[in-house]
Amino acid sequence: MKTQINVCINGLERTDEVEPRLLLIHYLREVIGLKGPHIGCETSICGACTVALNGKTVKSCALLAVQADGQDIVTVEGLATNGQLHPVQEAFWNEHGLQCGFCTPGMLMTTRELIERNPEPTDEEIRHGLEGNLCRCTGYQHIVNAVKSAAAKVGG
Amino acid sequence: METTVTKKTERLIGKPIRRREDPRLITGTATYVEDIELPGMHYAAVVRSPHPAADIKGIDTGAAEQHPGVVAVYTGKDIDHLGAVPCGISLPDLRIPHHHLLAQDRVYYVGHPVAVVVANDRYIAADAVDLVEVEYEPTDSVSEPEEALEAGAPAVHAEWPDNVAFTHHQEGGDIEKAFAEADVIVKERIVSQRLAPSAMEPRGTVASWNSGDESLTVYSSTQIPHILRTLMAGVLGLPEHKLRVIAPEVGGGFGSKCELYPEEALTAFIAMKIGKPVKWVLTRRDEFLATIHGRGHIDYYELAAKKDGTMLGLKVKIIQDVGSFHMLLTPAMPTLSVLMLPGLYRFKNVHADVVGVFTHRMATDLYRGAGRPEATHGIERMVEVLAAELGMDPVELRTKNFVPPSDFPYDTPMGVSYDSGNYAAILEKAVQTVGYSQLREEQQEARRQGRLMGIGIATYGEICAFGPSPALPTGGWESATVKIEPSGQVTVMTGVSPHGQGSQTTFSQIAADELGVDIDDIVVTHGDTSTVQHGVGTFGSRNTAVGGTALVLAIRELKEKIETYGAMLLESDDVSYAAGVCTCNKTGKTVTLGEIAMTSWTGPTYPANTQPGLVATNYWEPPNFAFPFGAHIVVSEVDRDTGEVAIQRYLAVDDCGKVINPLLVDGQVHGGVAQGLGQALYEQVVYDDTGQLVTGEYMDYALPKAAMVPTIETDRTETPSPVNPLGVKGVGEAGTIAASPAVVNSVVDALSHLGVRHIDMPLTPEKIWKLVQQGGSA
Amino acid sequence: MIPQEFNYSRPGTVQEAVDLLADGEAKVLAGGMSLIPLMKLRLSAPEHVVDLGRIPDLSRITENGGSLHLGALLTHHQVATSALVQEKCPLIAETASHIGDAQVRNMGTLGGSAAHADPAADYPAALCALEAKVRLVRRDSERVVGIGDFFVDALTTAVEPEEIITELILPVEEAGTGVSYQKLRQPASGFAIVGVAARVRKDGGRVAMARVGVTGLAASAYRATGVEALLEGSEGSQADVAAAAAAVDEGIEAISDLHASSDYRRHVARVYTARAIQAAL
Repeated sequence: MKTQINVCINGLERTDEVEPRLLLIHYLREVIGLKGPHIGCETSICGACTVALNGKTVKSCALLAVQADGQDIVTVEGLATNGQLHPVQEAFWNEHGLQCGFCTPGMLMTTRELIERNPEPTDEEIRHGLEGNLCRCTGYQHIVNAVKSAAAKVGG
Repeated sequence: METTVTKKTERLIGKPIRRREDPRLITGTATYVEDIELPGMHYAAVVRSPHPAADIKGIDTGAAEQHPGVVAVYTGKDIDHLGAVPCGISLPDLRIPHHHLLAQDRVYYVGHPVAVVVANDRYIAADAVDLVEVEYEPTDSVSEPEEALEAGAPAVHAEWPDNVAFTHHQEGGDIEKAFAEADVIVKERIVSQRLAPSAMEPRGTVASWNSGDESLTVYSSTQIPHILRTLMAGVLGLPEHKLRVIAPEVGGGFGSKCELYPEEALTAFIAMKIGKPVKWVLTRRDEFLATIHGRGHIDYYELAAKKDGTMLGLKVKIIQDVGSFHMLLTPAMPTLSVLMLPGLYRFKNVHADVVGVFTHRMATDLYRGAGRPEATHGIERMVEVLAAELGMDPVELRTKNFVPPSDFPYDTPMGVSYDSGNYAAILEKAVQTVGYSQLREEQQEARRQGRLMGIGIATYGEICAFGPSPALPTGGWESATVKIEPSGQVTVMTGVSPHGQGSQTTFSQIAADELGVDIDDIVVTHGDTSTVQHGVGTFGSRNTAVGGTALVLAIRELKEKIETYGAMLLESDDVSYAAGVCTCNKTGKTVTLGEIAMTSWTGPTYPANTQPGLVATNYWEPPNFAFPFGAHIVVSEVDRDTGEVAIQRYLAVDDCGKVINPLLVDGQVHGGVAQGLGQALYEQVVYDDTGQLVTGEYMDYALPKAAMVPTIETDRTETPSPVNPLGVKGVGEAGTIAASPAVVNSVVDALSHLGVRHIDMPLTPEKIWKLVQQGGSA
Repeated sequence: MIPQEFNYSRPGTVQEAVDLLADGEAKVLAGGMSLIPLMKLRLSAPEHVVDLGRIPDLSRITENGGSLHLGALLTHHQVATSALVQEKCPLIAETASHIGDAQVRNMGTLGGSAAHADPAADYPAALCALEAKVRLVRRDSERVVGIGDFFVDALTTAVEPEEIITELILPVEEAGTGVSYQKLRQPASGFAIVGVAARVRKDGGRVAMARVGVTGLAASAYRATGVEALLEGSEGSQADVAAAAAAVDEGIEAISDLHASSDYRRHVARVYTARAIQAAL
């Protein structure tokens, strides 16, 4: 039994018929075609699937698409505006905050919220703030640097 | 670190330029296997054994086949004509069980593929997996390798009741004499536990069959596209030239994607069977169950020394947990350990015995460091045990025994030749940077206060830049093609297959310097067997040292041709090429690379005895491995009440030879350290007594999170390798190799006054708390 | 890792929700942080899911007399960051800030966590220490259950299939009461190997009130009344705290798993109980 949902994704309105069991991550990736959010673990630990739902980061592998009905969603594809990278993207690039890039879309979304909520985070606050995002490549050092750099740019 | 955004044709080698890979990765526009959509895509899902050992009495696929949307279900009998999952290693007494793509009449580990269902929708495929009824008759299983070696243990493979998969012996010097002359012999059992490589991108494959020309295109999350093609063609019985393998964006591998996995070949097989594209991607749970694990060593060490600390000889017995089947390089893991047993030390007497053991578990194979972390962990732990036994400072003990700089190239008793190094200097640098003597004073004060502070040192050497071809079943060379397009823009095709290392950036830097062109005029491509010349791939810290050298040599060859064309255009026999311009040395007249390139492709005339086009390919065979080295120092404090470990400082001083991009080198060190630290403190693949995998999700397998990794300070020395013209060594695995002994040495040091000499990883709070309890008030 | 098929309803009011649940066959979905992973692993396969996510009444925070009423659908982030909650019931706010990670706190709910009753969850320790009351509503009636009767066993509560949790009722903290939540994290999941929530108030140099809730040690969270009894009336010295904390596992059957043996859990519970009390004092 399919259910109709209306969502606004990266500023565009969508209406789709979905199975109730369709996970939000699969809706985004396969119905909408947004391949930025990734599936890394499926038990809501790794955070590669992180998107913003009504401005708050969530793990889209642990949400049903129907739960997002009527809501606003931003994915990594929605970060840059008018061809201009978001400061968080720029910071990850400058600071070498990514290697294989698989965790990066989630990291970027979490970072965006982290520095919104805490414009001048300490290293420790950054590390705790990223607990919901696993990275196997970077050892997090350059990610921490990138978050600080992004915070400085956004705040300054 | 300052990053430079450059568009100039300044020298780029050595500069921390930001990566050219990143724009697609930070905007969500990169294409990983899971992102590939083809018209008419079908989805495969694998039915896996819930038992570690069982006979299959029957499989009923009827309900699954009738499920709407399911197009096929395949079981062992459908693929028994196909080849086996390959093992590429030969050893004199290696036993290789036939490793079918799907279980035949028995299963050998939890997660063993038993059947595969194919549907037109991934949700339906997942539903259909539950509808396949398999009747099992469980039999006794054995999970621990030492138990598997005991008489009467259940045989993993009936034909080899002793469960011995292989043995290997290697020795150098005179071990009996060394031990006879020793004043002190220290012994320890040291375990390097099984780990899950855990690339964030799970494995996956998309296969598409073109029935018209009978060709198959396979996209796979792999580190070795060309090798995968050869292996897969063999397994499927498909002409190799009809098979195209593409490694698209690959989300990390750490060695785990250096295989032909059963599912990769099955996906291809199914695409050929149903004539539709098929996608298969592992869940994380299946990734834990059915992707190779790393390490899995139980080692018995004996180190002989004189009273003054002079190390004389080392005896080691290595028990390698193989799992139930070999994967591509499994038997080479412990034999690689053997090569690095002496570490950086100059003693000449080594005696190593290896036994590989079949167990009812997933196979072990390459994981970052692949045999070298185990060896380094062993020798660096034993040095500490010896230091404690002799009451010597561990820095002094190491320095006393290092191979001196004057001895390079240094032939080790294990038959390899260390290329270059200055071990005492790098340890001294680390000691000075960290403030070692001050830390020892702080430690004394901490102990007076009842606090448990530790200082851990690990020095390491590693064998990398794989490598001379005799060392690898795949060949150890690497290839590069450089093509100057008619426009003058440069396309580089490399045979390596980077998946996070940033080689598109480092290779662009190398090419820009060598050709003297703007980096933005260079594109580096890789990973497609139809467009890239044959290559070996990415593993063993080899990209820059081997692939980068092939690139340099291809460009050097091309430059000669550029000058030939330049001479024709300048009507001179005395020209030289530099910085994108060919100049007549007599007249000073110039012609640009673009003009030369256009002429080379479009004529109308060409120099005598010279082919049209500016393109050159080089296959470079390295004369030796390269041997990076370094010293890491860790300061930790143990919570006496709970056993929790806090890492207070982590300093990594590494020497990876010539540095191409310091930003990327630091990134490799950081990531490597986090994985070694993960092994030391958190990570372990655990099978219970019944052979079930307990750590089957990130809910139980503790991959380090940001808050679990300390700030990592890095520094380096730069000792060029004489092995290749770039002078580079390799840095992909260094951090991982050094970190586990550095962390463990630090924690053991914190407890050393309580009589603690060794703790096996991971150093869980409970393990440490128990040791503190046993140490009482000592 | 894909849920089985189910029917989905999303009521707009509590009444609609309990009408949908009246046949006892449906499963309630709040934030989904516990339920959806279970459904993906196919450890839970409900035929009907009732999503409470759009019932505005369930996300209220109100103060009423000496009590703070927290709607069951409040996310951990809302609980952790609400100025009113931080002021009136700081223990629950502090505990909420320790749950999971940022994304989980944005989605996971107070009522959902309570209803799931994971033996290692953080909230239950605080709820026990706070002597919380849980309002359970069904089609024709409602009841309020004390927390001691609410947590029955691992993953088992007093909530009946026809009921939903609408709110949790917590005491407004009296002036002078100190609180703390201390946990030893299970490194992989971030759940508690042991977590201890403490509320302590001193009066005239003596401990006048002590409440201690413990999670992770036993199959379900509990109030360590033995600790409380030893502490109340004492001066709250370090020795008093240690002696009291030693009673935290009395009569408790401790869990043992991959991450910690029962012996170690008992020991850590004593250490963390002392630490939580010290921090609260």
